[in-house]
Amino acid sequence: MDASPASAIKAENLVKLYKGTRAVDGISFNLALGSITALLGGNGAGKTTTIAMILGLVTPTAGRVSVLGAEMPRQRYQVLARMNFESPYVDLPTRLTVRQNLSVFAELYGVADVAARIAELATALDLTDFLDKWTGRLSSGQKTRVSLAKALLNRPDVLLLDEPTASLDPDTADWVRGHLENYRRSTGATILLASHNMNEVERLCERVIIMKKGRIEDDDTPQRLLARYGRETLEEVFLDVARGRQREAAQ
Amino acid sequence: MMPISPHRVAAMVRRYWYLLRSSWPRLLDLIYWPMLQMLMWGFLQSYVAQTGGMLARAGGVLIGAVLLWDVLFRGQLGFSFTFIEEMYARNLANIMMSPLRPIELVIALMTVSIIRLAISIIPVTLVAMWFFGFNLWSLGIALAVFFANLILTSWSIGLFVNGLLLRNGLGAEGLVWTFMFLLLPLTCVYYPVSVLPHWLQYVAWALPPTYVFEGMRALISDHVFRADLMLQAFVFNVALFAAASLLFVWLLESARAHGKLLQSTE
Repeated sequence: MDASPASAIKAENLVKLYKGTRAVDGISFNLALGSITALLGGNGAGKTTTIAMILGLVTPTAGRVSVLGAEMPRQRYQVLARMNFESPYVDLPTRLTVRQNLSVFAELYGVADVAARIAELATALDLTDFLDKWTGRLSSGQKTRVSLAKALLNRPDVLLLDEPTASLDPDTADWVRGHLENYRRSTGATILLASHNMNEVERLCERVIIMKKGRIEDDDTPQRLLARYGRETLEEVFLDVARGRQREAAQ
Repeated sequence: MMPISPHRVAAMVRRYWYLLRSSWPRLLDLIYWPMLQMLMWGFLQSYVAQTGGMLARAGGVLIGAVLLWDVLFRGQLGFSFTFIEEMYARNLANIMMSPLRPIELVIALMTVSIIRLAISIIPVTLVAMWFFGFNLWSLGIALAVFFANLILTSWSIGLFVNGLLLRNGLGAEGLVWTFMFLLLPLTCVYYPVSVLPHWLQYVAWALPPTYVFEGMRALISDHVFRADLMLQAFVFNVALFAAASLLFVWLLESARAHGKLLQSTE
């Protein structure tokens, strides 16, 4: 493990094959410490597989990925306590109350003062009213906030988010984005965000990696992408890439 | 050597305890079937005893076998069913990306399987005492040795089944319930090993529970505690547990390679 890594996440020629299909096809990138990066791409572009390899949940077929200098998944236990993840596709147990779920995960992550941390997050993410309700009885928006609280329990240095505001109403989604901005600003955490919400990406991210069919199609700041493609919004850029118009648009 | 965190183990035990106590049907389910089975076999034994056969002279052999079989079966069920709850809840990825080590998860599952077994078996043994005058607890230290050997086997089978669940997702769900029944005829729960065809006896003697059930019959029928059988069972159990642990780790890494830890459905 690299004692003082220059990058928070580093992928080198990362490949993942599933039964002959190249889910991820030789991608490389470096995410600087304290940066917020968006991972964009249509369904099947390889975003989730890439995130899973970063988390150590999937072993790469070839190439390397490291987090805070620790190679994943081989050295994962050196960094898992400093990472966390939130996704609407991974649930918390429904038959436990929110408080029970959060306390279990706080202990798994070695949080020092569990009750105080839960109280702090409950206030910050407006969970107080349903802390003692079963998680399964919450609305999808409430569940998303609880999942976000779980992801922030250990004050992660590296936070991976998969569509963090999916299923939230615009007001709550905006509020969550504000919370993530504050979290990054106050902790200097590195955030990698997979999202289909281009407004969210434009607001939060200083870098955008666009994937298609397992490859990185483009990688730049939102401003430079907009300028290069001659578009007003990232959504238009995304559509250009998704529909194979990027080369002519970029030219 | 990987450090084991008692805090993480305790957190997982608490997580499963919260789940267990959140639903009275779950608790009832733990007692219902063992109770029914014990009553059925208990009445059958009472009937056979009235006919003055061999079982009349060896009172309690059938009920003893039923109760010890339940230790074996419920021990594995508690171990594997607790794990499958993570898949039902779509929580497996959260667990696998946390700092929880596989060995800590396994220790938590062992602890919970003992808790579930206690909830399941203790009331049944008390009813057996009341209904049929069979006191399993009177076996004393022998009971502890029987229990230790059976629970070790149940954890080994549970580890293997959980590995299959990780690797194959909920498609392997049926094995949680049925795998142990493969051992039912082979480990001679209700009859002596000598009943089996000669060639099958080699298979039976390769399975640790066979020694326990033979030992139980020797104790109840002949009032002899066969320490030699228990020692052999323990040696086989150590080998079985080591093999099951290696298989579990291999299946876990195979699941990681095939992307099954994030999406643990069929």
